[in-house]
Amino acid sequence: MSLLVVESPGLQTTVQDFGREGFGVLGVSASGAADSVALRLGNLLLENAPGTPALEMTLTGGTFFFPDGAVICLAGANFGAQMDGKMLEPWMPHAIFPGKRVALGATRDFARCYLCVAGGVGVVDFLGSASTHLLSGLGGWEGRALRKDDVLQIGRLEKNIRRRKLRPEVLETLKPEKKLRVTRGPQFDWFVEEARSALAGGEFVVSEDSNRIGLRLDGPRLAAQSRAEMISEGTPLGAIQVTPSGQAIVLFVEQQTTGGYPKIANVIGADLHCVGQLRPRDTIRFEEVTLAAARELWIEQQRLLGSEERLFT
Amino acid sequence: MRFQAASDQALLVYLGEEISAAAHERGVRLLRVLRSERIKWLRNIQPAYCSLLITFDAVAVDHAEVQAKISELEMRAKKLPALKPRLVEVPVCYGGEFGPDLEDVAAQRGLPAEKVVELHIARTYHAYFLGFAPGFAYLGDLAEEIAAPRLETPRKEVAAGSVGIAGRQTAIYPQATPGGWRLIGRTPLEIFRKDREPMGMIAIGDQVRFRPITRAEFLAARRA
Repeated sequence: MSLLVVESPGLQTTVQDFGREGFGVLGVSASGAADSVALRLGNLLLENAPGTPALEMTLTGGTFFFPDGAVICLAGANFGAQMDGKMLEPWMPHAIFPGKRVALGATRDFARCYLCVAGGVGVVDFLGSASTHLLSGLGGWEGRALRKDDVLQIGRLEKNIRRRKLRPEVLETLKPEKKLRVTRGPQFDWFVEEARSALAGGEFVVSEDSNRIGLRLDGPRLAAQSRAEMISEGTPLGAIQVTPSGQAIVLFVEQQTTGGYPKIANVIGADLHCVGQLRPRDTIRFEEVTLAAARELWIEQQRLLGSEERLFT
Repeated sequence: MRFQAASDQALLVYLGEEISAAAHERGVRLLRVLRSERIKWLRNIQPAYCSLLITFDAVAVDHAEVQAKISELEMRAKKLPALKPRLVEVPVCYGGEFGPDLEDVAAQRGLPAEKVVELHIARTYHAYFLGFAPGFAYLGDLAEEIAAPRLETPRKEVAAGSVGIAGRQTAIYPQATPGGWRLIGRTPLEIFRKDREPMGMIAIGDQVRFRPITRAEFLAARRA
């Protein structure tokens, strides 16, 4: 194994993979990369398995020292990564020689950048996944965000990596959008007509008080018709639940697994990676699609992500 | 049984329209059948009071196909023999530094603090489901006389083992997490440990009783 030394961690840097889905009975939410599409593409460019653990950085990246060298790929948002003052372009493998450091700065576009490493970042699995669950302090690196002087194990490169490039149209198709497509939530009918049209036509601003658990939205208040107490039930990833004050919250990867607020809508699977790239103060809109249309979009996205021919030149 | 699409990849299955032992039992039986089957498209099951949220592989199946399969399994679930519930006893040191909201709850309900404790330990609770955080079991039903709303502003950190109440529910915080329930005591037990099998001390369908212990007993148990 080779090492990665955290010289500065950045705002919130955690180890993430595709998460641990399937433990709802234990009260464990899946966690995992906020932008699983970026994680997958970064790993594929390194010829890693698509869900290989990587570092997920948020808004501002860190500085990492590689005493033994590594091959890395930056995916997702552009945090202006540099090595020895030279820019490291995202979406392509870079050889980092032993004793070199990679420094990242503030984001230039979206919320999250993944530092993928050939061979992956090594941590002890919890329930079959390397991903960090910050709320409960489980998984990943000691169940927490990285700190200065943490030393992590990374994979040692054992093969030559093919110089492949993503097709430009792939990044265009998968570019994080600020218009999120949604299907109706299970309590859609509870909301008054004005609330439904506000959701469909209104603009919402991502609040500063947003994180991997959920994104709070400022904007039109969404009033429910009845004040009937809802019985808590399971909450899907991407559910848009509405608090009694009418504020919408998009439940995200570290969400509580159940909730007692009515859900007006749900972000479709094919747009969940866009949620992971939203920054505080971003203005977003919603567009309703049918379940059938959402499924078509999901299947098409999965086909694209599963096809080497369609992804790479 | 009622079905409701929850997202493009999730289906809510309601086994009843109110919190009741019958609806919950029906959900637990369906859960048992679902977990015993090897269903390739099944990604997650999230039980709650009277529902199961089924997350599925939307490339393989759609809502109608999931619904058909669940309906078929529910027929089998009905015929399952009932399981004898497991009883879990939880020692709790009430009040003081471990239960900072005990006096508040007592004042709100016009009861002496001892009466709140007495009512809390008098019942055997049912573990409806786990949620919020790993190992956090929603236990009910709390006596109406000591039901209390959540805090207006949740605490940024609640100590592991804290016993809280919210509405007609009670629960034990398995880890130090933020939390809005009113804290009336703390257990020295480690409710959730990732290096233990099973990790959680309380599972869905269990029965839970609380037993009062002194501060000295609490500290001794923590040292053990």
